[in-house]
Amino acid sequence: MSRRPALSTATPSGIEVPVVVTPDMVGTRDPGVPGEAPFTRGIFADGYRGRLWTIRQYSGFGTAEESNERYRFLLERGQTGLSVALDLPTQCGLDPVDPMARPEVGKVGVSLSNLAEAEILFDGIDLSAISTSFTINGTAAIVYAMYCAVADKQGVPRAALTGTIQNDILKEYVARGTWIFPVRPSMRLIADTILFANEQTPRFNPISIAGAHVRDAGASAVEELGYTLANGLSYVEELLKRGGDAAKFCRRLSFFFYVHMDFFEEVCKFRAGRRLWARLLEERFGITDPDAQRFRFGVVCGGSSLTAAQPTNNIVRVGLENLAAVLGGAQSIFTAAYDEAFQIPTETSAEIALRTQQIVAYESGVARTVDPLGGSYFVEWLTDRMEEETRKVIADIDAYGGVIPAIEDGWLQMRIAERARQRKEAVDRVETVVVGQNVFRRPDGNEDLGEVFRVDPQAAQRVREKYEAIRARRDDAAVANTLAALEAAAGKDDENLMPHLIDCCHAYATVGEMVAALKRVWGEFQEPIRL
Amino acid sequence: MSLKGKRILIAKPGLDGHDVGAKVIALALRDAGADVIYTGLRKTPEYIARIAVEEDVDAVGLSLLSGSHNELVADTLRCLRDMGGEDIAVFVGGTIPSEDHAALTEAGVRGVFTADLKLEDVVATIDRELGA
Repeated sequence: MSRRPALSTATPSGIEVPVVVTPDMVGTRDPGVPGEAPFTRGIFADGYRGRLWTIRQYSGFGTAEESNERYRFLLERGQTGLSVALDLPTQCGLDPVDPMARPEVGKVGVSLSNLAEAEILFDGIDLSAISTSFTINGTAAIVYAMYCAVADKQGVPRAALTGTIQNDILKEYVARGTWIFPVRPSMRLIADTILFANEQTPRFNPISIAGAHVRDAGASAVEELGYTLANGLSYVEELLKRGGDAAKFCRRLSFFFYVHMDFFEEVCKFRAGRRLWARLLEERFGITDPDAQRFRFGVVCGGSSLTAAQPTNNIVRVGLENLAAVLGGAQSIFTAAYDEAFQIPTETSAEIALRTQQIVAYESGVARTVDPLGGSYFVEWLTDRMEEETRKVIADIDAYGGVIPAIEDGWLQMRIAERARQRKEAVDRVETVVVGQNVFRRPDGNEDLGEVFRVDPQAAQRVREKYEAIRARRDDAAVANTLAALEAAAGKDDENLMPHLIDCCHAYATVGEMVAALKRVWGEFQEPIRL
Repeated sequence: MSLKGKRILIAKPGLDGHDVGAKVIALALRDAGADVIYTGLRKTPEYIARIAVEEDVDAVGLSLLSGSHNELVADTLRCLRDMGGEDIAVFVGGTIPSEDHAALTEAGVRGVFTADLKLEDVVATIDRELGA
């Protein structure tokens, strides 16, 4: 028999929770109304009645053909937005024939080395009717250029494009690792995409400032929010330096978080995040335009809160996380499949994950009224506490001299590693309970993982054949000219690289070639290794 | 349990950028007394084997979460043999499906570690395998 664990009295971020919260303990007696700054209760007056969150399942593997088939499968079943998973060579800017890329082609996402592959990926999918999110960072500008080029080819006006590129390089240096260039030219490239998007694709989100990966790596919910907002402030500073119009670019900044298992901490993280972002923009930059202060965010439910032990338990975890995301007011939600902890989802598990959101949206009734938890003594108390604690995290970074030096020195990376170790030790000591893994394990130890998904082992070979074919077919002079123009522009700080990248894409230059051209000018990030 | 006097290289082969598990293990091994070197991200099997031999380590820990473990572990083992490092114990950690564990062990890997294992158990296995 498993022993019964003790109930914890503090949230995972370390906030001690009173056994009961009474009205006299609540600082924010009146959290205001949704749709009005500082947006504690939501960014829109009509909540989900005006517009339901976007149901957007992260997906992609192998070849563009296979992924296109999976997207059509999900769209037929009621998914409302695409979320493209790209393989590591594409994320790191290497072509599929690069020796370093070879073992990784098509493994964790789809291989997208040039425009011909993007045309296949979106074949039969009308880009004016669907929004597409790309989890892409080091090569985000290139993938965004490719998406604009596909729209050009489909005859869809760029102004009609909706979707998101993650394009948040700062957290890549800290937690996710697909950086390519040094920090400062990377910030310039991000500013280029945002300024270009404001003009050419005004409905497209050119950045999704993401705390999710830092969180999954080990940070607490408070640290996730603090690091994300600190990164957000750095991008605002960069854009202002470039002469950007805050009223314009702030409207297109979006955010991305994990939802883990501590229900109220997650709900209050989002309520606190909305309020704090609006306040920080005003305090630091004097931005008071409510449209610019709206904190729009997507979430992923699952990640490291899921277990390989008794994986079907993950369906329940994701359901609860989905509910927390909705009560927190998320604009787009990805619910992970129960087998995501150990493989690319099967069609069965992907369908359950999608149905989870549809059940929450259409059966539970929770989307009927905005911020139904608003005014709860406990929820308002915890929202205030989360905001206070998050401010401390941001103050620590400010005290270090800002996010950029903290990353260049490896200080932030080390903090995350230390927190990851503490989190792991808390699980090992059963101070953090993980049902089925460290308590209530199956007595027979039988871990049936169910249906197994394997990427087609021939996929990588097909990708390489297609790659060689396009290189043989394209106009070499056009490739050379567009790449040379890109390289020349990269050397000038005041020239936006986006038009050049789109030209390269139209010429069927490859991701690896574009990255190589930029590396010649900017060099590569030198990872600070600190233990 | 003490890994005092043991030298261990923690390495990230391939393009996978998830390094927190590698760092957590590195910190735990260091606290257990080992002299730990960490390669940083995106290293080739050749590079890892060369550093392992040059630094005269007792063990190499490879961290892989992208599903490319079969190819990259085999390459690293081969490079170690080619460079005269066949005595160096190789351990693998990360997202490794259970059906792949046996093949890795047969290929010469001395331990496969997944996220559900306790840190102290991982350290104990390495300690035992290195015959401290």
